[in-house]
Amino acid sequence: MVSSLLNFFFGFGFQGDPQSQDPVVYDNGVTYMFVQHSNVYLMTATRQNCNAASLLFFLHRVVDVFKHYFEELEEESLRDNFVVVYELLDEIMDFGYPQYTEAKILSEFIKTDAYRMEVTQRPPMAVTNAVSWRSEGINYKKNEVFLDVVESVNILVNSNGQIIRSDVVGALKMRTYLSGMPECKLGLNDRVLLEAQGRVTKGKAIDLEDIKFHQCVRLARFENDRTISFIPPDGSFDLMTYRLSTQVKPLIWVEAQVEKHSRSRVEIMVKARSQYKERSTATNVEIAVPVPTDASSPNIRTSMGSAAYAPENDALMWKIRSFPGGKEYMLRAEFTLPSITDEEATPERKAPIRVKFEIPYFTVSGIQVRYLKIIEKSGYQALPWVRYITMAGEYELRLI
Amino acid sequence: MSGHDSKYFSTTKKGEIPELKEELNSQYKDKRKDAVKKVIAAMTVGKDVSSLFTDVVNCMQTENLELKKLVYLYLINYAKSQPDLAILAVNTFVKDSQDPNPLIRALAVRTMGCIRVDKITEYLCDPLQRCLKDDDPYVRKTAAICVAKLYDINAELVEDRGFLDSLKDLISDNNPMVVANAVAALAEIQENSSGPIFEITTPTLTKLLTALNECTEWGQVFILDALSRYKASDAREAENIVERVTPRLQHANCAVVLSAVKMILQQMELITSTDVVRNLCKKMAPPLVTLLSAEPEIQYVALRNINLIVQRRPTILAHEIKVFFCKYNDPIYVKMEKLEIMIKLASDRNIDQVLLEFKEYATEVDVDFVRKAVRAIGRCAIKLERAAERCISVLLELIKIKVNYVVQEAIIVIKDIFRRYPNTYESIIATLCESLDTLDEPEAKASMIWIIGEYAERIDNADELLESFLESFPEEPPQVQLQLLTATVKLFLKKPTEGPQQMIQVVLNNATVETDNPDLRDRAYIYWRLLSTDPEAAKDVVLAEKPVISDDSNQLDSTLLDELLANIATLSSVYHKPPDAFVTRAKTATQKTEDDDYPDGNETRYSETLSNAANGGASPPSSSSVPHAAARQPAPAPAAPAPAAVPDLLSDLIGLDNNQIVPADQPATSSGPPLPILLPAGSGQGLQISAQLVRQDGQIFYSLLFENNTQITLDGFMIQFNKNSFGLAAAGPLQVPPLAPGASARTLLPMVLFQNTSTGPPNTLLQVAVKNSQQPVWYFNDKILLHVFFTEDGRMERTSFLETWRSLPDSNEVLKEFPGIMVTSAEATLDRLAASNMFFIAKRKHANQDVFYFSAKIPRGIPFLIELTTIIGNPGVKCAIKTPNPEMGPLFFEAIETLLKA
Repeated sequence: MVSSLLNFFFGFGFQGDPQSQDPVVYDNGVTYMFVQHSNVYLMTATRQNCNAASLLFFLHRVVDVFKHYFEELEEESLRDNFVVVYELLDEIMDFGYPQYTEAKILSEFIKTDAYRMEVTQRPPMAVTNAVSWRSEGINYKKNEVFLDVVESVNILVNSNGQIIRSDVVGALKMRTYLSGMPECKLGLNDRVLLEAQGRVTKGKAIDLEDIKFHQCVRLARFENDRTISFIPPDGSFDLMTYRLSTQVKPLIWVEAQVEKHSRSRVEIMVKARSQYKERSTATNVEIAVPVPTDASSPNIRTSMGSAAYAPENDALMWKIRSFPGGKEYMLRAEFTLPSITDEEATPERKAPIRVKFEIPYFTVSGIQVRYLKIIEKSGYQALPWVRYITMAGEYELRLI
Repeated sequence: MSGHDSKYFSTTKKGEIPELKEELNSQYKDKRKDAVKKVIAAMTVGKDVSSLFTDVVNCMQTENLELKKLVYLYLINYAKSQPDLAILAVNTFVKDSQDPNPLIRALAVRTMGCIRVDKITEYLCDPLQRCLKDDDPYVRKTAAICVAKLYDINAELVEDRGFLDSLKDLISDNNPMVVANAVAALAEIQENSSGPIFEITTPTLTKLLTALNECTEWGQVFILDALSRYKASDAREAENIVERVTPRLQHANCAVVLSAVKMILQQMELITSTDVVRNLCKKMAPPLVTLLSAEPEIQYVALRNINLIVQRRPTILAHEIKVFFCKYNDPIYVKMEKLEIMIKLASDRNIDQVLLEFKEYATEVDVDFVRKAVRAIGRCAIKLERAAERCISVLLELIKIKVNYVVQEAIIVIKDIFRRYPNTYESIIATLCESLDTLDEPEAKASMIWIIGEYAERIDNADELLESFLESFPEEPPQVQLQLLTATVKLFLKKPTEGPQQMIQVVLNNATVETDNPDLRDRAYIYWRLLSTDPEAAKDVVLAEKPVISDDSNQLDSTLLDELLANIATLSSVYHKPPDAFVTRAKTATQKTEDDDYPDGNETRYSETLSNAANGGASPPSSSSVPHAAARQPAPAPAAPAPAAVPDLLSDLIGLDNNQIVPADQPATSSGPPLPILLPAGSGQGLQISAQLVRQDGQIFYSLLFENNTQITLDGFMIQFNKNSFGLAAAGPLQVPPLAPGASARTLLPMVLFQNTSTGPPNTLLQVAVKNSQQPVWYFNDKILLHVFFTEDGRMERTSFLETWRSLPDSNEVLKEFPGIMVTSAEATLDRLAASNMFFIAKRKHANQDVFYFSAKIPRGIPFLIELTTIIGNPGVKCAIKTPNPEMGPLFFEAIETLLKA
């Protein structure tokens, strides 16, 4: 099998750019599925009609496990830890069936050299428990929970300036430092819940579409009465993600006028406008405006921030450290184009304008954590810390 | 937490194996452990360390868990090649399976199940029995999977020893992970068995639905997949089940979500209440949409599945078309799938936006994607009558951009639009004609010619336009020739004037006397006869009204769709083929892949039947690629394995450094043409061997005939190949039954390439060694004929042939003349070459000589571009080839000589 794998990779099936290769490939009775992470391919091979979704998702989980162990997953770290790699592979999958991928618990009984004890007496209870993500007997002097509400705004604007897609993907990222087996209950301003409870909502409740929960959340309970209850894993994890497809006004609007004087120069004028309330401020704003690959000698002026030509990305990068609401900034740039062009050149890829930003203390959806109750039988008090932030996800505006 | 294991990969150049041997036997524990790590490191990078078997196994008895795991790993890899020595390990396994530490107990069963050696398997039964009833759930869950492993090695043993019942008992286990693994094992066994083994009863269902809430995410996938086979008795039960499963749609694991969707869709078939169904559809939409924010590989699987789901339940995602709009950074395979779904979801309501998107995509740089986008516009036009005009105007805008492949693709789809809406959009013909000169792809050319012929009466200069094509008639591909023929006849029937009359003479002459293509000739003769006997009848036939074509974007037929929906999330749903079509049982000796363009996805086109359609009266074009359940049955169960012998001496004899000898397993015989005798009975002490490399169904086999002329029965046949230029080696066991005196046996040995490639310039020598239990080892030489390697995908487009030809420097061209060979019939020769995967590209006449162009390809994608020059019926063939690997030239010429002589 190994040799046919190698054949596959270096010979028959695998040709050209792996980025454009379908991730599921059939060759001579065998199906290969693979994902790529830096310079490493992770691949499964099967002759059966197996669950493709499960195996591909599993491969991504394997990446997570390796990253937890070796910080970076790359050829070097695999070589440096091949013994542990074998041990892990043995534990996380058996006969092609994914078994156990909780890195944190795995590291309790599969350790790298430095931490290795001579005899491990038994697998942690968690491996086969119903609560498979948390070990017993965790102890902290100070019990704390950090909860970050992160919303990513995805937007796609076509060349006519129409918003053709806009959605918000939110995630509740938790870091828990809690002793014992704490029972947690999370309250959000979820309209369905509040209405069910007969509370008066003053326009503050929100509609969350397609909520996805970490496996620690009791899904049946949520289905019944919208209560989010769980025993959290130790450390950081994504408690839930959600999506909102209600159209939002683009937080930062960018317009670019490109005037191309063939064979001499190209002039670009960019306008960026913030469309959120004045009391909010976006930070680390980065606007990438594509320029022709053969452009040179940039001449750039901006009314705010700094801008530079990044030839490696064929883009003009405009950075604004702080961008308060209700403001508009301008940028003008001029590039020289070569006077001779290749007649048969293939058309250039039409890249869109891409924007990155972060707006702290602000969420597009208006989601609020109303409470996070933590109950443990030892009766300690734990403090939750909540933070909100909105950032740009796939934020693309196509050029005309 | 970073290790320093990489040091184990570094080697001392000299005497590595003896050095390791010494270290493995060191009295110091640490030194032994390091040595085992070095061995594993060597094994990992593919070095053969099987000769250290005894020394490694001696390290097995250890308290150190890490060391034990490494030794086990070694055993899994090499036990099969050293079955006799592997027995040494059995005692330790059995002892470990009773160790106080559950980790070690589980490790022992897990490993034993992975060692596919009969003698070990026998000893596995007792420990397995114990472990299935172990106190520790970790051991039980490992034992559950082990039963499936054992079933794969020896199904009978599993049934005899009652493991299936033990496994079924585990479904009631109090530990959810044990339950999940038991379900996975039973499902796997069921899949490989013909009888009913795992039937889900109502009590089982209840237990599993409860376990669903408690087991790990992977366990949930096993359970949902198994339960999706459950047939509810009535709508009420189905509703109840669905209610228990819907919360899984909220799971963060995409595989759990897709399996839950599968299960819900299955149960929905039974649910009668439209409210419930509507409500379920509403619930499934958001999770399906969210799958598109997952990693691209998962998106791909999700999109292939959504493609199926919207065919059955179009309403689920009817309002979500925007999420399928392509993002700039989507990998191309995701974009292609999104496009397919966009066509399916396009409706009068959203078509404007969709067209804007398609137009945007049509100006991208990836040619395949652009073509598909253009085609998508055409398909929308055919699907949505009210939008057809808008689609056409977008196509015309695209034509004006004058990007060659966009124009060609647009003309192909416009032809289909004309067929769908006859006499509606002919006003644009003038615009199309402007692009006439730029067409160089056969399909586009044929489409344009069809349009000219079909509307000859409205195109003033139709005769001139067609005439411009006629000059190159003999060089055109058949597709275009057929179209030209029909179009000229149409023109003549519509405008029976002098010009067309002359044209028709030329065409008919070209298409009858001058051609080798029977299709073309037949059609031309029919026209000829019709025209000469009854021109009115000809009109009725040729200009008859054509049936209107329809949209084919819901292309799968209902039964197939049912089967695929029952397989959501699995490979079957990714390929859009039923499992039988691609699952080949691991034990089948000669796996045959029946078609080579095998799951290449979803191309649906409706233009292939253009040539028939143009004749009128032809059936409406239908999708050419309805993936049909290839009626392949699972291969018969393997015969009981014969005992394996120790094969090591052979490899030493030939000087090989790895063990590729595979013991005989099960017989497979076939008949065929006589094979060349390579080992005459005189040299083989009565054993005669004839053999030849052959290619069948895309695979290379060594076809062998053994004839026993001795006085004793010969058995235990094994074969070994020496290093050769192509690294040919046996892919499976040599299957020869014991040969009684006077008996003979024929076998097909599957071969693989690039196993053990010799260096130096390529040559055709294949050295073979065969042994049996009674005689000395026999050596003989065979000759590798390159055409065995010609792959089925070696056909080149004409344009890419030309490009490749030009791109290769002249130094890559080699030439040889075969004065003794004569081609008597071009047709027969072309057929013969095509049968050997040498594909005809074009033909031209040069003075009195015929020049043929072919393409062929050998593995690793090495193309050969071939030019054959000859005078048909006269001896002498000149062969010129261009290839990136000109050193293959002599080999190629030998192959072509054989092919032409045959």
